[in-house]
Amino acid sequence: MTQVSLFIPCFVDQLLPQIGLDMACVLRRVGYQVDFPEDQTCCGQPAFNTGYWQEAKPLAQRFVEVFRSAEVVVCPSGSCTTMVRNFYPELLATSDIRNEATELAKRVFEFSEFLVKQAHVSDVGAFFPHKVVYHDACHALRELHLKQEPRELLANVQGLELVEMLYSEDCCGFGGTFAAKFNMISAAMGDAKAGNAEASGAEFLTSTDPSCLMQIEGILRRRKSTVRTLHLASILAQTDKSSRNTSAMENRSAIR
Amino acid sequence: MSEAAQEFLRQAVRKSADLTHQQIIRRATQQSGQRPGKASFHDWEAARQRCYEIKSEALGHLDHYLLEFERKIQERGGQVFWAENAEEARRYITGIAEARGVHVVTKSKSMVAEEIQLTPALEKIGIKVFETDLGEFIVQLRHEPPYHLVTPAMHLTRTDIAALFKEKLEGVDGDDPEQLVAAARRALRRAFFSSEMSITGANFLVADAGMVAITTNEGNAELGMNLSKIHLVLTGIEKIVPHLDDLAILWPVLATAGTGQPVTCYNTLVGGPRAPHETDGPDEFHVVLLDNGRSELLADVEQREVLNCIRCGACLNVCPIFRTVGGHTYGTTYQGPIGSVLTPHLRGLHEFQHLSYASSLCGACTDVCPVKIGLHHHLLHNRRNAVSAGERPWSERIGFKVWRWAMMGSRRFALLSRLALSALRLMYRCGAEGTRLDPLRAWTKARAAPDIPKHSFRHMWRRESAEK
Repeated sequence: MTQVSLFIPCFVDQLLPQIGLDMACVLRRVGYQVDFPEDQTCCGQPAFNTGYWQEAKPLAQRFVEVFRSAEVVVCPSGSCTTMVRNFYPELLATSDIRNEATELAKRVFEFSEFLVKQAHVSDVGAFFPHKVVYHDACHALRELHLKQEPRELLANVQGLELVEMLYSEDCCGFGGTFAAKFNMISAAMGDAKAGNAEASGAEFLTSTDPSCLMQIEGILRRRKSTVRTLHLASILAQTDKSSRNTSAMENRSAIR
Repeated sequence: MSEAAQEFLRQAVRKSADLTHQQIIRRATQQSGQRPGKASFHDWEAARQRCYEIKSEALGHLDHYLLEFERKIQERGGQVFWAENAEEARRYITGIAEARGVHVVTKSKSMVAEEIQLTPALEKIGIKVFETDLGEFIVQLRHEPPYHLVTPAMHLTRTDIAALFKEKLEGVDGDDPEQLVAAARRALRRAFFSSEMSITGANFLVADAGMVAITTNEGNAELGMNLSKIHLVLTGIEKIVPHLDDLAILWPVLATAGTGQPVTCYNTLVGGPRAPHETDGPDEFHVVLLDNGRSELLADVEQREVLNCIRCGACLNVCPIFRTVGGHTYGTTYQGPIGSVLTPHLRGLHEFQHLSYASSLCGACTDVCPVKIGLHHHLLHNRRNAVSAGERPWSERIGFKVWRWAMMGSRRFALLSRLALSALRLMYRCGAEGTRLDPLRAWTKARAAPDIPKHSFRHMWRRESAEK
């Protein structure tokens, strides 16, 4: 049985812990042993994206050290995976552990990418009798080139009706510190996304990135919308058993 | 915060709430995607790669190709002027106009002319300047800068234009597009026939042929340069390409990326004044090669590829920020992602770094760029440069230092996060969410705050492991 190490983004750890638990649950169900290197904190992306590369660098080095011995690393965020896979080689270009970082980058996978491309699993035995729309998170789509993988997983969930929305590839407007610095632009983008999600007729919007979901859920709730967001891992964690129990549904709802 | 940044924020607030404006821009920017352009390419990715290689070769040997181009132009009796900055370019152009006693100038579309603020300089010495591209003509009547580097009047509807023409032109009644175009044509024909000097931009400078390639959809550049005694080409030095053959791919790629057309309507090559045996063409032919910060960008190995830009406007059309705030909000000659990347290099990091932060880094621009500029990665480079140049506010600088310290230990991180979140939960229980007291107000102004969980993942994980 292969060992998988969980890379739980800092804000998922603190704000959206259920996503991490759900991901671990799915990975176990498809036959992996899961560990959580407890010394992990943040991959450094907030600093890196704001231009503070000197602040991001020690965190990147720290990340490489923490996951040094991991065989495979799986993360429930396309964005944080992108940071390690695509940006560490540039950020650590002059560091001693450059080569190690580049090697590690090849062993870090986004959750849906890992299931479909590495584990070759597209049916995880989930049951979720709802209408669901998938939002293409930018980093998963354009940096990791994941378009079909999450849809394939959703299409194989029993009872689930997968629908598409208009402008599914448009950014939700989160963008890290952008959401605070340019709140009005970010909110307008999020509002357009929320409107398209509502128009799709879906009950749930799902994605590979918890940060997009936080943005979209926050806006949906302000709009008093009935559409809710749920991370892909949280949908895949639902089984025939768990969904018969309504309180489990409540618990698993990612953000509310 | 710089003045430009403050103005950007003011305009962005206004435009972000303007849904009608957003609908107009959405419809306009989508048109290019619906046209057949890309489908006529056997392999669009290979075409992008080829264009990238052509531009990289040209920029890698810019000195060689520019000198080759200059020599060929001079051999045909044309004049080439090397302008180091906007001031030098303006002085040369106004100098020629004054010396030849020019009263009327017809201009075809040129973003470099906007960059050096040429029209005001010509008007100051009493010259009447007519924009002859229809979109440019419209925004000139409105005393506005171009809204979009390819589609200057993108923000206006037919109704807006009808109202404008009714006020400013003769014989306009109603908003029938054919009638409106006919009215513009009448006004522009008069300008063309009185024009003494024609100023155009250039889409490409071809080194081995010594030719200037000009692309228009309306034939206005061609009309201007043939009817005027003087033709002056104003262009940036980065527009050079090595070989005439290169246009075979660059022309269709430019058209497809820009407007979705398989190829633009008029593609013209000119390279000098009228030769003795020729019937058409100007008496004088000038090329002004503008540097204005481009050499410095060329010296920057990391960002050099930004000079690959062929000004197709594709990155603007797909940019969610551009589509939300619109072209005028940028307050720059070049709008959208390419403008945000380029402007700090042309006009200073201090004044224009904010544009590099006004992006969600979604990467849609990089995906469509026909010359493969990693636009959103260059926004990251600009941000890093702003930090290392000490251009960021002290609160942010200290904030990230503290943040780094907190993140360098997992116990520290877990403890501090729980303390902060507990305090926040307490505040929200007292109804502070979204009020002035809310430390997350930048978030909660427009969005509901996420429910704060009782325990962190690491706490639950540890508990679960202990139970086993």
